[in-house]
Amino acid sequence: MSNLLRNIIRFVFFILLQVFVLDKVPPLHQFVVPYLYFLFILWLPFKIQRGLLTLMGFVFGLVLDFFTKTPGLHAAACVLIAYARPFVIGILMPKEAAEIGYSEPSITSMGFMPYAVYVLILTLLHHIYLVFLEWLHFGNFWYFAGKVLATTAISLLLILITEMLFVRKSKYRTNVA
Amino acid sequence: MRNVFLFIARFSNLLFFLLLQVVALSMLFQFNKFHQAAYMNLANEATGRVYIRYNKIETYFSLQKENEKLRQQNAELLNALKDDYAVPDSSIQVVTDSFRVDSLEQYRKFLYLPVKVIGNSIDAQNNYITLHRGSNQGVGVNMAVVGPEGIMGKVVNVSPNMAVAMSLLHRKNSVVALLKKGGGFGEVVWDGKDPRHVTLNNIPRTVKVQKGDTVVTSSYSDIFPPGKIVGYVAQVQEDKSTSTYSLKLKTATDFYSVQHAFVVKNLQKAEMDSLMKKIRKD
Repeated sequence: MSNLLRNIIRFVFFILLQVFVLDKVPPLHQFVVPYLYFLFILWLPFKIQRGLLTLMGFVFGLVLDFFTKTPGLHAAACVLIAYARPFVIGILMPKEAAEIGYSEPSITSMGFMPYAVYVLILTLLHHIYLVFLEWLHFGNFWYFAGKVLATTAISLLLILITEMLFVRKSKYRTNVA
Repeated sequence: MRNVFLFIARFSNLLFFLLLQVVALSMLFQFNKFHQAAYMNLANEATGRVYIRYNKIETYFSLQKENEKLRQQNAELLNALKDDYAVPDSSIQVVTDSFRVDSLEQYRKFLYLPVKVIGNSIDAQNNYITLHRGSNQGVGVNMAVVGPEGIMGKVVNVSPNMAVAMSLLHRKNSVVALLKKGGGFGEVVWDGKDPRHVTLNNIPRTVKVQKGDTVVTSSYSDIFPPGKIVGYVAQVQEDKSTSTYSLKLKTATDFYSVQHAFVVKNLQKAEMDSLMKKIRKD
């Protein structure tokens, strides 16, 4: 399957999963909102232009926004993590490995610890920004702090489950093709 | 000039990022205007179509409950029919009633349009209800959405075949309501915590309130028809600073499962609005 096709399928899949499965889960508490959709951005290939990556984040977030009727909220958060992604990868991985090695971030391509840190940083960044924007409309500091912590915890749990359920077989790309 | 181009080329990624942020944030903070924005029409039509497909399956899971609700409402309406009341005839003179029902039609204030609920959220802080009926079918902005059990929200955006309504479970929602027994006007708001409960604020302490009392919409509203059930008092809290009660209400509508509703059109709203406009001008 080509990279493009795979990512188009993922795009649709993550939107539908978020809107029709995760958002339909009866809320346990005000703070517990299961977010998983942004994993799409985390799973995009290494070799993708910076500008295109940022634009993809915007479009992806905006499509979700149209379903949840919050135009701009998820788009802003997605643009932020899409823009920050290359920096985080740059810190966690040697440059050559990212360029010639595997096609996309995963446990096998980055190693468990770097990948875990990568997921943690971007998840936290996404939630902090998202809840901060909500905080500007209503709520207080404890709403902000509590919701960031609770949503991050639940997101990490969901990502862990997803990684265990769908083992991505990323082939090692050599220069000898 | 050359330096400007070099600057743009060098920081193109950052500038692009900032541009997209500005676009996203301006969308977000023009929140009240967004409901009327043209692109939202298109987006609603598109997302509405996906919601319809999902809803076709989802409906099956709550058919029984929904039937029960509609049967109860039918029974209520049937019991209100004039034919159900018969007084033993004691008259000696035959009088033909010339005041036909049709002649009342011109005084009609509220018109009920049946509508199918195709999308509904409860776990966000601002929840919306998507309806499969739009401006082509007579739905307009600022019309009430009422379910068989009680009120649900009001329409904020319409496209040709879909409409989006602000749910009662919305941070910016406010509905004027009163206690059916004892009166006492207040404002119904949602604190975003529990989709089963809303709050009725500013009820004066002189009003006697009991658990289980019914709260209904008032006749002051030009959106909601009067006497529609909002909820039932679940808890009475005393607001010490203002000497009023703040009542926790259990919503009449079970927002976990809504399938059918009515959009209520106020036929006299245009006249009322033009009158209010005149007053404001003077």
